Amino acid sequence: MADKLIEINHLKTSFRIGDDYYAAVDDVSLSLNKNEVLAIVGESGCGKSALAFSIMGLHNRAKIEGEILYRNYNLVDVDESTWSKLRGKNLGMIFQDPLTALNPLMTVGAQISEALFLHNRKLSNEERKAKVIELIEKVGIPRPEHVYMQYPHELSGGMRQRVVIAIAIANDPEVLIADEPTTALDATIQSQILDLIRELKESMNAGIVLITHDLGVVAEMADRVAVMYAGQIVEIVDVHRLFENPLHPYTRSLLNSIPNAEKGQEKLHVIQGIVPALQNLPREGCRFKDRIPWIDESAHETTPELHEVAPGHFVRCTCYKQFHFPNEMKEGQAHANS
Amino acid sequence: MPILKVENLKVHFPIKGGIFGRTVDYVKAVDGVSLEIEKGTTYGLVGESGSGKTTTGRAIIGLNKITSGKVYFEGKEVTNLRRSRASFHRDVQMIFQDPYSSLNPKKRVLDIVAEPLRNFEKMSRSEEKKRVEELLELVGLSPESIVKYPHQFSGGQRQRIGIARAIALKPKLIIADEPVSALDVSVQAQVLNFMQEIQKELDLTFLFISHDLGVIRHMCNQIGIMYRGRFVEEGLTEDIFNNPQHIYTKRLVAAIPNIDPSKREESLQFRKEVDHEYKQSYANYFDEDGLAYNLQPISETHFVALPEKG
Ligand SMILES: Nc1ncnc2c1ncn2[C@@H]1O[C@H](COP(=O)(O)OP(=O)(O)O)[C@@H](O)[C@H]1O
Ligand SMILES: Nc1ncnc2c1ncn2[C@@H]1O[C@H](COP(=O)(O)OP(=O)(O)O)[C@@H](O)[C@H]1O
Ligand SMILES: [Mg+2]
Ligand SMILES: [Mg+2]
Repeated sequence: MADKLIEINHLKTSFRIGDDYYAAVDDVSLSLNKNEVLAIVGESGCGKSALAFSIMGLHNRAKIEGEILYRNYNLVDVDESTWSKLRGKNLGMIFQDPLTALNPLMTVGAQISEALFLHNRKLSNEERKAKVIELIEKVGIPRPEHVYMQYPHELSGGMRQRVVIAIAIANDPEVLIADEPTTALDATIQSQILDLIRELKESMNAGIVLITHDLGVVAEMADRVAVMYAGQIVEIVDVHRLFENPLHPYTRSLLNSIPNAEKGQEKLHVIQGIVPALQNLPREGCRFKDRIPWIDESAHETTPELHEVAPGHFVRCTCYKQFHFPNEMKEGQAHANS
Repeated sequence: MPILKVENLKVHFPIKGGIFGRTVDYVKAVDGVSLEIEKGTTYGLVGESGSGKTTTGRAIIGLNKITSGKVYFEGKEVTNLRRSRASFHRDVQMIFQDPYSSLNPKKRVLDIVAEPLRNFEKMSRSEEKKRVEELLELVGLSPESIVKYPHQFSGGQRQRIGIARAIALKPKLIIADEPVSALDVSVQAQVLNFMQEIQKELDLTFLFISHDLGVIRHMCNQIGIMYRGRFVEEGLTEDIFNNPQHIYTKRLVAAIPNIDPSKREESLQFRKEVDHEYKQSYANYFDEDGLAYNLQPISETHFVALPEKG
């Protein structure tokens, strides 16, 4: 398809623990289209960052299998010199913690300038400075001339994240990967940064992968959503259907566990158990099975696949068909858990 | 009678400077906060980071020195007795944000949870063990947990160990400082549900500190909104969410992500309007130092920091 920016096929990213490799991203296939925000959501430890780092070629110790197709490259195989041309130019990244992403010893201006210089040697010094000021303005930082001279520690968390964004978009990337870009920020700053990312998306014509554990952020930002659990995608669908008609038990459980206005002060749903550590991941059968033990064993597939249950709506495993919460009785079904 | 009453609380931290380390200025972390909490209810303290929430909580329980103001517990003034009076020390407990660093990693769960019991109750070893096991059961951890160390537990479990320790002495008031901020949503749900359960069971009162308005709405009966050490608004949960008056409160409410993607445009529009109003009318809401005015009542339950009329 012409508007596909990135196509990921059977990606498997494994880390070595002891003598063995364990996959943190386990057979993920996904695509990112032009002009879309694809959200990846799941609890911590589900493999979201491992996926983002794989796309950006930032893992140095991991074993990566499968394909990440971008233009005529397979990003899984490209060498570091090619990466240095692509990263920061075609693909930009925004991290959770702006402080670690910035160099404490360099001024804001010098850091953005360097990002430009790395990929565009043709600009004169004056042109480059003008472009940097323009970028600082574009990400909504007041008094750009002044901030140009400042160091990261002189800025608030929100302003620092804007600087990180300025660096990420300096070379007009086609793909922007944002890994929990607002998790460390206060609510009002979060909404400002999200609005900024949305504005930039309109003007940049880029595809954005937005990684978050926050379903509120998903509802505000995403066009399409991939729900990730234990290294696998368990549901992919457009954002409207995700909230109107969530199908996978994990998606439904997550949605039910967040406080919201409609629920008032009612009890929240608690997902039993925890995301298992890599070494303890059940590699066969439905990975979410242990967390919904009241659902009959026979509801699960032996080798759960992603099924297209409606056009563009994919769900892993068949257990969604029989899923219900413990407090909802399902017709004709025994209630195992209470 | 409110179980806790705080009157015009101020906590100012000195800023030292120069070669003699003299006090050159003060950080007015808390600068005139008053609140009352009724027994068995949950009072939410919200505001952005740095607004003085933690300092308020720590000052009430006696971990920060009070510059001025008064604290009353069950009708008695305890301002100067917060650390020395044993009964206050027993009756008021604190839960901290970070379940990783608030538990001593070298101690077994038994010793962590038993610590307050050892300080305040004379129990035999076997009584103590039994009590700790009961407490762990109450927070949903197995009795075998007593011989384990904090690192052997997940974040949510660690937070529940912290809660078990906090309720060991059957306190009357718990100050919970961002108790779920470091947790994933499902674990957060578990801790929030659990706090509501023990509240009913033990008739507990909570001072619940959070920067997350969604969580605050879910948990609290009454809310105080802090900005730079002062309250900008105080009211019942419905006052704050259905009828926010102060521009700062409106900004916070507008910033809550809307969980309905079809309302995206509306909420963006609302945020833009509020932002516009914030820029236009900032001066009507804050004094020349950018601080909130004193609270004025606009109903029996709802107070807003506005300039005095006259
Ligand atoms: N470098 C690494 N070595 C070993 N295990 C890792 C490494 N990085 C991540 N993991 C593990 O991989 C899993 C997925 O981690 P991560 O991608 O960071 O999750 P998320 O971003 O969804 O919170 C977790 O179990 C984590 O502990
Ligand atoms: N021990 C201290 N010494 C000096 N300043 C402090 C101290 N504790 C807190 N502060 C300052 O007081 C203000 C309020 O902090 P805090 O109560 O932690 O806010 P919050 O919990 O709302 O994020 C901040 O400016 C903080 O830097
Ligand atoms: Mg991550
Ligand atoms: Mg705090």
